[in-house]
Amino acid sequence: MRLALSIATDALAYGMVLFIISIGLSIMMGLMRVVNLAHGAFAMVGGYLASYAIRDLHVHYSVAILLAVLGTIIVSIPFELLLYRRIYRKSDPLIQVLMTIGITFFIIGVVNFIFGPSLKTIPLPALLSGPLDIGFRSVPTHRLFVIACGVVTALSLWWLIEKTEFGIKLRASVDHSGMADALGIRTEIIYAATFALAIGLGAFGGVVGAEILPIEPFYALRYMVTFLVVVSVGGAGSIMGALSASLLLGLADTTGKYLAPEFGEFFFYLTVIVIVFLFPHGLFGRAHA
Amino acid sequence: MTDIALNRVPHRRSIAFAQEGLGALAIVALGAVGWFLFPDDLAFLTRLIGLAFLVLSLDLVTGYCGIATLGHAALFGAAAYAAGIACVRGITDPLALLGIGIVAGALVGLISGALIARFRGLPQLVLSIAVGQLVAALANKLQWLTGGSDGLSGIAPGKVFGIFNFDMYSRTAFLFSLAILVVVFVALSRLVRSPFGLMCRGIKDDDLRARMIGVAVYPRLVVMYGVSGAVAGVGGALTAMSTGVVGLDSVSFERSAEVLVMLVLGGAGHLWGALAGALIFQIFEHIVAAANPFHWMTLVGLLLIGIVVFAPKGLIEPVLTLAHRLRKGRAS
Amino acid sequence: MTALLEARSISRAFGGLHVTNNVSFALQPGDRVALIGPNGAGKTTLVNLITGDIAPSAGQFLMSGDDITAESIPARVQRGLVRTFQTTRLFQTLTVADNVALAIMQRRGITRRFFSRATERPDVRAEWSDILARVGLDMLAYRRVSELAYGQQRLIELAIGIALKPKVLLLDEPAAGVPHDEAPRILDAINALPADIAVLMIEHDMDLVFKFASRVLVLAAGRLIFEGSPKDVTADHEVRRAYLGSYADARRAP
Repeated sequence: MRLALSIATDALAYGMVLFIISIGLSIMMGLMRVVNLAHGAFAMVGGYLASYAIRDLHVHYSVAILLAVLGTIIVSIPFELLLYRRIYRKSDPLIQVLMTIGITFFIIGVVNFIFGPSLKTIPLPALLSGPLDIGFRSVPTHRLFVIACGVVTALSLWWLIEKTEFGIKLRASVDHSGMADALGIRTEIIYAATFALAIGLGAFGGVVGAEILPIEPFYALRYMVTFLVVVSVGGAGSIMGALSASLLLGLADTTGKYLAPEFGEFFFYLTVIVIVFLFPHGLFGRAHA
Repeated sequence: MTDIALNRVPHRRSIAFAQEGLGALAIVALGAVGWFLFPDDLAFLTRLIGLAFLVLSLDLVTGYCGIATLGHAALFGAAAYAAGIACVRGITDPLALLGIGIVAGALVGLISGALIARFRGLPQLVLSIAVGQLVAALANKLQWLTGGSDGLSGIAPGKVFGIFNFDMYSRTAFLFSLAILVVVFVALSRLVRSPFGLMCRGIKDDDLRARMIGVAVYPRLVVMYGVSGAVAGVGGALTAMSTGVVGLDSVSFERSAEVLVMLVLGGAGHLWGALAGALIFQIFEHIVAAANPFHWMTLVGLLLIGIVVFAPKGLIEPVLTLAHRLRKGRAS
Repeated sequence: MTALLEARSISRAFGGLHVTNNVSFALQPGDRVALIGPNGAGKTTLVNLITGDIAPSAGQFLMSGDDITAESIPARVQRGLVRTFQTTRLFQTLTVADNVALAIMQRRGITRRFFSRATERPDVRAEWSDILARVGLDMLAYRRVSELAYGQQRLIELAIGIALKPKVLLLDEPAAGVPHDEAPRILDAINALPADIAVLMIEHDMDLVFKFASRVLVLAAGRLIFEGSPKDVTADHEVRRAYLGSYADARRAP
């Protein structure tokens, strides 16, 4: 019973971290049709900034999160202006893959140069460390915090996309960019804002998930595939898709690690192959024109 | 026929085997440069040739069929493991091991192709990654066979043709690999100019058009994947034999990404580009990465960005344009 | 005589909308049939149904008596059912000769060969140089398709169609987008097609229709509303209403 609860909380927390980071990538792939393999790199940058903020600037955890998110968005601006704009909505995934792998390698190299190759921890505030008694069991507080973050993120995004003017323009741009242009919706601004949103979410996920996905230079490469797979399985551009895929794959991976660790990621990737074969555009995705 | 159609097709001079012969000569020449000028680096050069086979094999599916894959190392690694395991268990004839590598590579190639060629675009890419990672996970799991994360070592192949021993300085390994590279390159040059090769290029351009002239596209792509696997298998077996070890890095995602970078650097779709890219990339890696691996990553990152922005068709494109213009100048 | 191509009560619906509604016709060897109709009538959809691009919701297609409704596109092509595209689809990075040669080799079943020569094989070369001469493109044989003008690319489409030695050839607006002075070349090539094949041509250019067709099918809102000779088409009431109806109605409306 205790084992099941441990698996459940770990899987849920891991899944939520995957969701918070991947939803940004999903939005980018859904709207700008960019397979951004560098997304994990930006999440990693967020983690580094937060770690620096807490350990060297001695700010509080919540301030660190804010600094990390804003800082990462600022860092991403030159990339967006100079590079990403060239590959928006170009249909050749190979070019996008190459460019974004290049960006990833570049960021890894620079990050190592600045911060060094060792693992960077993000110290949790007293409130979030240690166990929390939820009545019948004790659960690490941090895991619950992460799960709560995931839920809040999902709800906020849903509200943003369904209920606000920005959301309507976003959806119009996704479905009919030519028409949106003709209606006077400034698609470049929508793209830039969405890019910032995606990167910001990634950074946020990188920070809160640092206990589960440790921050070190190869983070960007290590989880590159994971985020891409989550989005592809869930279906690009779908909140429901990213959420279900994150939780599903988080569960598959965690269960596998607990029950059959020697198999490594065999079952994870087998699941991916089966799902992509049955749902090439993801569980909740649509074929793009 | 209603009338005798005036045939005004421009004349095309072609000497049989000209292209292939030129290719073989160029490779032998480069090999000679390596042999005489860098006799202490033959081990590195042999490894270079081994990976060149993988880049060539990737060119077949990416450059000639238009399939984007980040899981191609699986074909190479599976063959390396197969040859290595066979050798450790008693089969030591290098040609036999080569054969085993070819078969293993072709098999993994066919299976990969059957899964990957089924789709296009993003699903294809993700499947290719998943298949590659699956093979990697298997290599890790089957520790009793592959040595797991410790790798397979103690691979000691016998004498080539019963005469030439695999020596410490990699002289035999280098010459053996070079000779096989020439043979394979010539064969592939014929293949890409054959009806089959031309049809694959057509499929890459427009697969609906291909279907509309009656071509069953999917089986053809799977066959090409099998051929690609065989070529990768040659490289895998040779690498296992010449280095004496096989590790998990030979099936890793990093390896798959690396060879894609090499291919794109040189230019996909020309076979030459694959060789050029493999050569240039690995030489630079040898020099720079030894100094500082992280600076190497930064450089590769910049290089990739640079290629995409400035030379998406690879470095070989300006060379080819020049050659094309020279040939046109001569013909007119 | 068994028809080369027969459509029996073909219908195709998307949701509640019938884009093709109970269409039946037959093509005999030697037929030269034009398929016309106002925009949005469903002509290209009908051709897509015939070739197998989309599946009908109801009805059957038969070739020489065999039911081909469930067959794949390549299978139908191998039976001799060939189409050209309204927007050119060619192998852009290959040469003109390569494009036609591939069609020839595929027809001959030699595209699985790994080591023989392709475009320059003497017998293959003889065929494609003859076809290209017939459509007037022989001088451009070794040029890359992507470098050619639109009208020339339309001719290559036709050349590929010819190279496949079809029994039934479906031409989807072969002269579309071609400058008016180049259109005669396309018509000549069409008129030089073998006499025993059936040709169905979608066209808007009525000049071309009159010069080419012995029979006309008129499609409007997915239905076949007329089948007969070109002379009778313009006089027919239904046809006039289909093309001009909205205008006449507008005039009558208060």
